[in-house]
Amino acid sequence: MANAASMPHAGIPAQHAPEPNAVPPQIVVADPPKGLERQPLVLNGRSLGSLTDSIAGICEGRMPIWWWPAFIISAGVMTMMATLIAYLISTGVGVWGLNNPADWAWDITNFVFWIGIGHAGTLISAVLFLLRQKWRTSINRAAEAMTLFAVACAGIFPVVHTGRVWFALTPGYLIPAPNANYIWPQFRSPLLWDVFAVSTYGTVSLLFWYIGLIPDLATLRDRAKNKVRGFFYGLFALGWTGSNRHWSNYEKAYMIFAGLSTPLVLSVHSIVSFDFAVSNVPGWHTTIFPPYFVAGAIFSGFGMVLTLMVPMRTLFKLEDIITTRHVELMCKVILATGSMVGYAYGMEFFIAWYGGSPYELYAFKNRAFGPYWWAYWSMITCNVISPHFFWFKWCRTNMVFVFFASIVVNIGMWFERFVIIVTSLHRDYLPASWGYFTPTWVDVFTFVGSFGLFMTLFLLFIRFLPAIAISEVKGVTPQADPHHPLGGAKGGHH
Amino acid sequence: MSATAKPYGILARFDTAADIFEAALRVRDAGYRKWDVYTPFPIHGMDEAMGLRTSKVGYFTFCGGLTGFSFGMWMIWFMNKFDYGLVVGGKPLFTPLFAFPVSYELTILLSAFATLGGMLFVNRLPKLYNPLFRSETFKRASNDRFFICIEAADPKFAEARTLLEAAGASAIELVED
Repeated sequence: MANAASMPHAGIPAQHAPEPNAVPPQIVVADPPKGLERQPLVLNGRSLGSLTDSIAGICEGRMPIWWWPAFIISAGVMTMMATLIAYLISTGVGVWGLNNPADWAWDITNFVFWIGIGHAGTLISAVLFLLRQKWRTSINRAAEAMTLFAVACAGIFPVVHTGRVWFALTPGYLIPAPNANYIWPQFRSPLLWDVFAVSTYGTVSLLFWYIGLIPDLATLRDRAKNKVRGFFYGLFALGWTGSNRHWSNYEKAYMIFAGLSTPLVLSVHSIVSFDFAVSNVPGWHTTIFPPYFVAGAIFSGFGMVLTLMVPMRTLFKLEDIITTRHVELMCKVILATGSMVGYAYGMEFFIAWYGGSPYELYAFKNRAFGPYWWAYWSMITCNVISPHFFWFKWCRTNMVFVFFASIVVNIGMWFERFVIIVTSLHRDYLPASWGYFTPTWVDVFTFVGSFGLFMTLFLLFIRFLPAIAISEVKGVTPQADPHHPLGGAKGGHH
Repeated sequence: MSATAKPYGILARFDTAADIFEAALRVRDAGYRKWDVYTPFPIHGMDEAMGLRTSKVGYFTFCGGLTGFSFGMWMIWFMNKFDYGLVVGGKPLFTPLFAFPVSYELTILLSAFATLGGMLFVNRLPKLYNPLFRSETFKRASNDRFFICIEAADPKFAEARTLLEAAGASAIELVED
């Protein structure tokens, strides 16, 4: 972990047993060939101590003045959602606009939207770890927190959309236990697979996040100025000392977690897509859904990571740690996954024509040119066209542009889920039962309210926990490498 | 701290990653057994430098995963075929195919718990009291300094101070139990 791939290594003389009293040989680190230089992951040669100070300092000192209005607004919006959910539960799902034939609408759209956003956090923490992408260290902590909060927002919608929520929460419907008639939940339904996939995903993400936090909680414990902070950080740090015997097991466990989370994150959105693909509704019944949903999830998740990180790095002066290079790399992931999503849109249309099913073909024609054409073309504009600006370096390095583009990505991905769900449902086989879904004000403000919950949790996270993985960022600096001159290497044996 | 307190060990501070790496090699080669290196982040190659064996956490993960998968398959077979079979959509009461997604998720869920639990178990954590926490300088082990502690229980403890001084420690102190 400490081996910094971006650091040039060439030129360290490989001497094994130096003569006693010999003058240590001069270490010469050759520059990489022209055109292959990389910007370091931590700028300005920041020392280990200064990294601790600037990251841990955020959650130790007072919050900057903007934090309070941001928090109060977010908490207010969250309260609005809680009120609307109380209204929904006490009155019935009729307060939402969904009805036959569109029995799923904003509820499931919001669920898939939030669950998809979560995927970037796991991708960054697990997949990029296995691929040895060291730039992940600056952003993985906040991205994992984002995952947890997005899963929390996602979890609300399928529970409340059941109408009589108390049934969803009593054992026997979602939780495997026999219901009043001694009937067990039936596992042939992808909806039940989804319950297991999402709850496993939330739990494993929480454990992964916590295991990464342990060394940093120890740092906060050791720096704590008052007893209360020392007690709580100390309690959750579990007595971590930084012992290398512990690090050895810890690193193994961390790698296993990455290895477990990688197939997990791919399975979660695949299973979410099974909710649709396993049914035989035209427009849903397609085998391309699992990979296409996963690509879309990563696309939207990176959009949300950028929406949060770009302001955060400026507001907390973290530009040395979350560098322009980090932002550029994330933009490239958006470009790649956005292109995959665009390809999937095209392929869906091709298969609708090539598959020869008139219903399927109708569903797709109706999607693009039917009554919901405006949603379809909003989706295409946001998801297919906007990521291609990231071919240009100016677009990837201009923070204002990146911020707005990342929001456009998420608007597009919300429309994607809306288009898939509502356009496929609103016109089924029987024209007599066709309809048109319109949201009510309760639909709209419940969705807006979920952003309040998300932002409240994120602001509290910044307030109380280190938003960047301190020990991991230190591990990728040259000072951490015992064979690098900045790490104190004087040549000699190793 | 009384003068008669039993020492826990000798704690030496080092200032760079290279210093601690060299020092660990020397302590290992001198044949010490009860000692440890404390660093703010894992140092690449330190496991070999200390002569540690491969971590055993993987065995816990494997057991957890196996339990999760077999429990998932068994649970679905028991619920949907054995205890109360109910035909839905003409599908079979049990096949491993539809039972797979849920069993797969349970494999990962139990592996994850076993990994975290196993890591804490082999590390003997949580351990909220540690004699090293008495040392004020040791607080920097989670910040920007590197430490070696040789425990008093080690048979070669008597020569420890000389060795650590020779290894280039920037400060040495005795930690009491």
